[in-house]
Amino acid sequence: MQFAMATKIIGVLLILFSSAMLPPLALSLFANDGAQSAFSIGFGATLACGVVLWLPTSTLRRDLNIRDGFLVTALFWLVLGLFGAIPLWLSPELGLSPAAAIFESISGLTTTGATVITGLDGLPHSLLLYRQLLQWLGGIGIIVLAVAILPMLGIGGMQLYRAESAGPSKERKLTPRITSTAKALFGIYLLLTMACTACYLAAGMTLFDAICHAFSTVAIGGFSTHDASLGYYQQNSVLIVSSLFMIASAVNFGLHFVALQRRDVRVYGHDSETAFFLTVLILATCVVCVLLLSTETLDMQDSLVHGLFQTVSIATTTGFTTQDFSTWPLFLPVLLLLLSFMGGCVGSTGGGMKAMRILLIFRQGMRELKQLLHPNAVIPLKIDSRRVQTEIISAVWSFFAVYMFCFVAIWLALLATGLDFTSSFSAVAATLNNLGPGLGEVASNYASVSEAGKAILCLSMLMGRLEVFTMLVLFTPAFWRH
Amino acid sequence: MKIIILGAGQVGATLAEHLADEKNDITVIDEHAATLKRLQERLDLRTVLGHGAHPSTLMNAGAEDADMLIAVTDSDEINMLACSVAFTLFKTPTKISRVRSADYLSEQAGLFESGAIPVDVIIGPEQLVTRNIEQLIANPGSLQVLDFAEGRIRLVAVKAVEGGPIVGRELQEIREHMPKVDTRVAAIFRRGGDPIIPQGSTIVEPNDEVFFIAAREHIRQVTAELRKVDKPYHRIMIAGGGNIGANLAGRLEKNYQVKVIERSYDRCRTLSDILENSIVLNGSGNEPLLLQQENIENTDVFCALTDNDESNIMMSLLAKRLGAKKVITLITNAAYEDLIGDEIDIAISPQQITISSLLSHVRKGDIGSVHSLRRGAAEAIELTAHGDARSSKVVGRRLDELKLPSSVTVGAILRKDEVLIAHDHVVVEEDDHVILFLTDRSQISAVEKLFAVGFGFI
Repeated sequence: MQFAMATKIIGVLLILFSSAMLPPLALSLFANDGAQSAFSIGFGATLACGVVLWLPTSTLRRDLNIRDGFLVTALFWLVLGLFGAIPLWLSPELGLSPAAAIFESISGLTTTGATVITGLDGLPHSLLLYRQLLQWLGGIGIIVLAVAILPMLGIGGMQLYRAESAGPSKERKLTPRITSTAKALFGIYLLLTMACTACYLAAGMTLFDAICHAFSTVAIGGFSTHDASLGYYQQNSVLIVSSLFMIASAVNFGLHFVALQRRDVRVYGHDSETAFFLTVLILATCVVCVLLLSTETLDMQDSLVHGLFQTVSIATTTGFTTQDFSTWPLFLPVLLLLLSFMGGCVGSTGGGMKAMRILLIFRQGMRELKQLLHPNAVIPLKIDSRRVQTEIISAVWSFFAVYMFCFVAIWLALLATGLDFTSSFSAVAATLNNLGPGLGEVASNYASVSEAGKAILCLSMLMGRLEVFTMLVLFTPAFWRH
Repeated sequence: MKIIILGAGQVGATLAEHLADEKNDITVIDEHAATLKRLQERLDLRTVLGHGAHPSTLMNAGAEDADMLIAVTDSDEINMLACSVAFTLFKTPTKISRVRSADYLSEQAGLFESGAIPVDVIIGPEQLVTRNIEQLIANPGSLQVLDFAEGRIRLVAVKAVEGGPIVGRELQEIREHMPKVDTRVAAIFRRGGDPIIPQGSTIVEPNDEVFFIAAREHIRQVTAELRKVDKPYHRIMIAGGGNIGANLAGRLEKNYQVKVIERSYDRCRTLSDILENSIVLNGSGNEPLLLQQENIENTDVFCALTDNDESNIMMSLLAKRLGAKKVITLITNAAYEDLIGDEIDIAISPQQITISSLLSHVRKGDIGSVHSLRRGAAEAIELTAHGDARSSKVVGRRLDELKLPSSVTVGAILRKDEVLIAHDHVVVEEDDHVILFLTDRSQISAVEKLFAVGFGFI
């Protein structure tokens, strides 16, 4: 274990992260909105801690081993979450408790989008920008995590991804080195953000709102600058633009890269995960729209637009809302919440268990059925016409089991804090899948959840974002043994 | 013609036998003296002992003035290298090589067509066999399907079965049964007798093997006249997942339900990787339990394609007994073919198929395709008519005026893109492709002579 290396990396990250507080600080100074001190203290504290951690180890040059990888990854969200909470905690406008501030900060960085703040429309722009910025930065972290770190650590079958990037397949091999891969994906991320901003502008948002919402859309976050979320906008064009970009951001960024490089959209069609993800999305949208129409919850046009938007938003784990979907016929909110367990594709900013794992589990089930009919048959499980190793399948299965186990454990803990059945169930689903809004008491915000509840949900968000295993491995005694 | 044959294996020897009969100068090269000796005792040809690709061996075999080199040794590499040596050192005009490995064959354009490896004709037995079986499965009820004119005309062999509308009746009635379908019965083989050249009044008997020629789209209807036609096949079971089995499954799996039985588990894994929709079963076609489990009684076609003749025959018998509707069996040993009874519907001989394909390239220029039938006794060939009414004994004459040997029938004529089924009144024109059926192979030279353009008139 090389704590020194981990310390150094966290130090560097903190120094970099402190710069994220500069744009809101500038905005705050310019508008003189009273949040200047909160941001300056936050910036100062983060930078100082970063330098303190980094200075003594700055000359250290060593390669990270796998254990350091786990530690750094987990600390990345935990430490940044804590420091990111400082401006929110200190801001006099918000008056948040430390737990609430940390909840908000972690919710932002994990791109969950669950909020404890009400009265967003009246808040200073600097604070609003800061929240969106947290999500956007979290999105970058996720891309790097998903593409470079998780495959390396081999979490829950993600060595599938690693094997492919090293193998002969041209499809997945982006650029040879992790650094340049991450850079390429960051380019895609930036491009999507800019395109999304432009489209929001064209659809009728103000420049500030367009940038803010583009940040949270591309990061599959779900924070908004309005209490009514995207429901604030009456134009359907905003919702359609938003739906499109949520889908784009929930698709593997590596695939975007390949498609852009080859200037060929057929790349998406050839990828089984994307095809599966889109199929599920389309089916779910149809079900939602038809049900909304047949139960006469909404009229024709609203059913289609809101049905599409809400399905995409929840299924991709973004968590924008237009309608209070928790008041829809109970089947729909529950269906959507369950869809969020799938979430986005591998290598996207989406949460949940990822479409690839669900696809593997589904195919494995079909394979099992076939095997029962043909006991002597040799049936491979294939993704994109290539055999998937048995170890990967069992890793995916254990991921599924542990994920479910965590879900139940967190749910029980939350019930113990006194939250009601529906609220607690949906709150765990919404945080573990990095979705955001739940049902019942937590349908629009989490302000009413107890302090202990918020702490538990913070853990749940981190668990979900770190793909459970990365977090759990830190709690094993063997991890700390030399 | 001076021909060098490399390799005196089954294909090489049979080929030599065919060609020696046709007054060619044949030289056979092989590394085994005993094999060569046996060959020389039987046939009128020259043999050379040595390694086929060595220039000195080729030189001894007279490569300098040879017209053709046919490389059919066991090794693809030797075959290709020999062609290369013959081309580079001796400028041999025509080089034919057998290439088995699918790896080489899949890069045909780059390797051979580009001239990098100077081979004029590639014969891939496994590909040929695969295509052959595929044809048989696509044409239910047929024993043999042969293509002419890129598949627009087909010669099909069908066993007549009691209950077919024409069985027990005169052939000319076929016209009344199907006024719109044009066909010609080229020959009838009746068990234990000479082949019959059919007339309008010939009566078809059950168990006759009937060869008819028809356009591709009419084959099903004609077959239906001779037997209660099988429904199109759906369920195919293939025993043996070697190259042929794997290729066949790959080609069939889009349109049929395919199961492949393979004994080696490792090979099963490879197969299941290559094949998309087929079910790969680990086991042997000899296990009744496995066959029953996999629903053999509802299987339309069972193909035994392992590399072991005895296994193939036994598992075919077993499959038939257990209820498979039709069995196709790969048999390499020609001697076994005569032993086969009624249980095995179709026996496929890779040598026969390879030789047919080789022959069409060896025969003189005007012969398009050649198909060797009934173990070489009969032959179907495609010839081009040249010249005009004065210089040719064929052009400008009605078919009933042609002075063909009695064992030869004209099946069809391909005129540009038009298919004409041969009736007596059809007049042959210049550049017609004439498809002939010879029940006696020795008549080939007489036919060739007939089609040759007379020297005096050019």
